[in-house]
Formats: sequence, structure tokens, C-alpha cells
Amino acid sequence: MKIVVAIKQVPDRDAPIRIAANAQWIEDRDLQWAMNEPDAYALEEGLQLKEKHGGEVIVLSAGPERVGSTIREALAKGADRAIHILADDLGARDALGVAKLLAAAIKPENPDLVLTGLQSEDLGLGQTGVILAELLGLPHATLILRVEKTDAALKVKRELEEGWFQSIEMPLPAVLTMQSGGNKLRYATLMGIKRAKTKELRAVNAAELGVESAPTATLQQISAPKKQKSTLILGGSAKEAATALVEKLKTEARVL
Amino acid sequence: MSGILVVEEARRDGSARIFQETLAAGRKLASLTGLTLEAAGVGDQNKNIFLEISGAPPSVGHAIRHPLLAAYTADGYTLAFEQLIRKLAPDYVVFPHSYQVRDFVPRLAARFGQVLIGDVTAIEDGPLFERQLFQGRMNATVHHEGSGPCFLSIQNGAFKSETASGGTMQIAEFVPEIEPAQIRTKPGEPFRESAQTVDLGSAQRIVSVGRGIKDAANMPLIEALAVALGAELAASRPICDNGWLPMERQVGSSGQTVAPKLYLAVGISGAIQHLVGMKGSQCIVAINKDADAPIFEVADYGIVGDLFEVVPALTEALKAAK
Repeated sequence: MKIVVAIKQVPDRDAPIRIAANAQWIEDRDLQWAMNEPDAYALEEGLQLKEKHGGEVIVLSAGPERVGSTIREALAKGADRAIHILADDLGARDALGVAKLLAAAIKPENPDLVLTGLQSEDLGLGQTGVILAELLGLPHATLILRVEKTDAALKVKRELEEGWFQSIEMPLPAVLTMQSGGNKLRYATLMGIKRAKTKELRAVNAAELGVESAPTATLQQISAPKKQKSTLILGGSAKEAATALVEKLKTEARVL
Repeated sequence: MSGILVVEEARRDGSARIFQETLAAGRKLASLTGLTLEAAGVGDQNKNIFLEISGAPPSVGHAIRHPLLAAYTADGYTLAFEQLIRKLAPDYVVFPHSYQVRDFVPRLAARFGQVLIGDVTAIEDGPLFERQLFQGRMNATVHHEGSGPCFLSIQNGAFKSETASGGTMQIAEFVPEIEPAQIRTKPGEPFRESAQTVDLGSAQRIVSVGRGIKDAANMPLIEALAVALGAELAASRPICDNGWLPMERQVGSSGQTVAPKLYLAVGISGAIQHLVGMKGSQCIVAINKDADAPIFEVADYGIVGDLFEVVPALTEALKAAK
């Protein structure tokens, strides 16, 4: 099976984020970056399918130079080769604009399966995979926890709300967006990191893909969330704070 | 039609709450734009798909009926709504932000050269649509550009449904053209993994743990706290993904919804997927090292600090208070 896994580099979950001076994005210099976690699950599923059925895993990512580090991590984990769409202006595109770039890079590869995470941890749009399916003219399924390959088809386990699931049968080629938790993520081995250096990493300039499109949704401003409740923060040492909390829960909130 | 089309989704539990909230968002948008409201939904041949309506009803309810829509598929729903929207040409189409909407509406919107402005929490003058970024750590306002229908989905619980009882709505039947071959996926019946043995919904007190616990080996710290508090143990998704607690103890949009007297969140940042499952709790306490974590937006009491120091201290303080 030829599998394309679309991955995104996002700010590391533990990195402190600050609003930029123009209030239109965050201050992204000196940030720590990481692979979007749902995409890491998509990569894991792709690697496991390849191990079972043979074939090739190609990782695809769009973004500036720095995205190269996340792509190399995917190669070190076992992807066979990579395509990096070099673009410094992803923020000026909406989900459809980004999906058009990815689709233009995927099309000539003619993959059997396209995998990506169900959403990104930064924008949280949760649309890229579904739009990709539309642009590629392929069937799709979202929130997938397990993938079984039958002859020329797939049987997938999809998560529904409130603890319900469903299995779906679908033909190949197809696009799936992966939910986290279906597999255990692997780490890159030292050998994997070494081998990654020799693997093909092809860079394509976004402009060469010829899919400019004006965004229909534009981000105007970002701000810190408004508090829904006034929180009483209990300070002091751990012991002092804990004692004060027990007192509050007893006498004020009356929940003990 | 120039106006706002509010979409009802048939819910597994038959509840109309989410439709009422979507309608409330539609009314807010109507008050800002001066546009009128209509409704749409997929139903079977006989049932009235529009459950009871609170507040002023939309003028028309478009009942989409087709045998191939009996079970939800992304292909079927995309085709049906594409045809209805081309016929009605609304300015806005407002959906609930459900798993089903996330599954097909991005595809539907793309057919109109649009994106879904998803998980909207507020609508302001402009109109500007507010939504969250970075797992709830930032808010963003988004503007829709150009012509063509604007697709929106509304976060669960973000808009209050009207309490006044509503009137009746004129029903217009819409039968889309769909061929069996156009539906490429074959969906199975929904199922649950195993009988739920833990009913967090009836627990009076819950201690819930998140990524901050770092390692399975640290779980006994939380268990001791739950015992000292007489509380049920719960977790955010990553803990259950890692297998450190069973899936049935997960709180949030993909797990259980709880509203105990006391909800103590330890090392949980408070992504929206978690908050929707617990923000109705009577008293919320958060322990987190990050003072900016979104969990503090809904907490009554907070301790900003290292959980590995605070949790043992709290367990001791609870024992001493007995």
C-alpha cells in the first residue's frame, strides 16, 4: 500500500504562548515546536499498515524551513520519504487554501490511502483531511481509531460521541482522519535517526503548485480567553494552599 | 431565500437541546444582520423531524427525506445539503458542532469554495465569529469574506436556548436526487465497547487527572487523594489513551458528561473537549502548574503549583480534617 501521511508542526503543548504585538497571531519566535499529536497517531497507523501489508509511507508537511525538523522526526520513526511544501504564508490561507496545497502535492503520487490527524492542536479546525478527500475525489471517514485492510477495501472503527463507536466499510483509495489513542506511539531509535539522514526529502515551493486561493475566513484578532468564573487562587506553600483549600471546601463551598 | 438556515441533527438520545442552542445562535445572527430564519433537517418518511421549538419558530422547516439517508453517511448528507443549499441560496448555514457535522460539513463547504467556521462560541457585531485556538488557551475572532454561503457550527453549550414555548413551523418537503453508487461508505450500527460499569454521572465527588501526572507510576498519588476525598477517579482523554485508566473513566466530549458537587481537576489544562464534559459541576477545583491553563477559567478554587507537591499535601490535609 502506498500511504501518504499529512503532518503539521505546531507549538509544543508546554511552550508558553504570548499574543504578538499586532494581536493577529502569537509571538512565534523562540517557540518550541512539535509534531501535532493526532498526526503522530496517523503516522503510527501508516507505519503499522506498511509493516503488515508492505508498501511505502510518504510524509507530507507544509510550512516554513523549521517544519523540516518535524519531517525528519517522521522519517526517523520509519517513513520512507518526505515532501516538504515550503510556504511562509500559511497563516494567510484558510483550511481550503492549505488543503489545496496538500492535494496538489498528493495527486501525482496516486496513493492508496491518505492519513492525517483529526485536528491540529493550534488552530483546531479539524477540516484539512475532510477537505483533502473532497479535492482528491475520494471517500473519507473521520475520528478513526482502528484500520483493517481487506482485499481492495478498508474496515475502520470510528468514534462517535459519548462512548459510542461504529465500523465503516469503504473502498480504496480513501482518506482517513485519525483520533488519538488507537495505537501506542513509537519513539525514533538511534538507528532510525541515522537512517533518516539518507532518506529522500523533497522540497517544493508552494508557489510552484499553482493553487493560489483567497481565503473566505480570515482571523481578525486573538485575545486571552475571558474568565467564566472568578477563581480564588490559594497561594503560599503547597501545605498552606492545601490546608486553605480544605477549609474553603468545608465552610464556603460545603462540598466535603 | 436570503437568510439563515439553521440545521437540526437527530440526536441518539432524542434530545432537542442542541437544536435549541443552534436556533439561539441563528437568532443572534438574525438580530445582527436583519435576515430571517429557516430550518432544515434530515428525517425519515413519517416522523416530524423538528422536535419541540422554544421561542419564535423559523418561518419554514425544510424536511429532507430520502431512503438513502436512513443511516448517516458523509457522501449522502453532503449531496443532500448541497442540493438544498443550491436551491435555497441562504447567506448563512448554521450547524451544531457535533462529530457528524465535523465529518461532512468541511466537504460540503468546499463544494461552495468555502470553509466551515467551526466551533463558534459567540457571534458579535460585524458579524464576527468567536472561536478558540490552542486547545482553549486563546480566543480568536473570525470574519467571513466575500459572497457565497457562510458555513458555521456552534459549540455545544455556548448559546442558551429560549425557555418560552414556540409556535408551529410550516414544513416544506425536500427530496434530493441521490443514486446508491454515490454513497461510497457502508456504515455499521453504533455500538458500545463494553457494558459501562462506572457511572460517573451519579458521583458526588470526582478527582480527575490529566497529562500533568506524566507517568503511570505516579497514579497512586491521585488514587490516594480520591480515597481521602471519598471520590470517584476520572481522567481527561490522554490518560485513557495511554491506558493508565480505563476508557469508561474518561470525562469529556468523547467520554462521560458529569456534574458532581465537587470536581477536582489535577494536571488537566482544560481543552474544550474536556470542559464540555464537566463545566456543569457545582464546585470546580483546579491544580495546575500553568496559571494560564484554561481550566482556571471555569474553576472556583485554584492552586497554581507542582501537583507532585500539592496533591500529597492535600491528601494529608483532608485526612487531618476528618
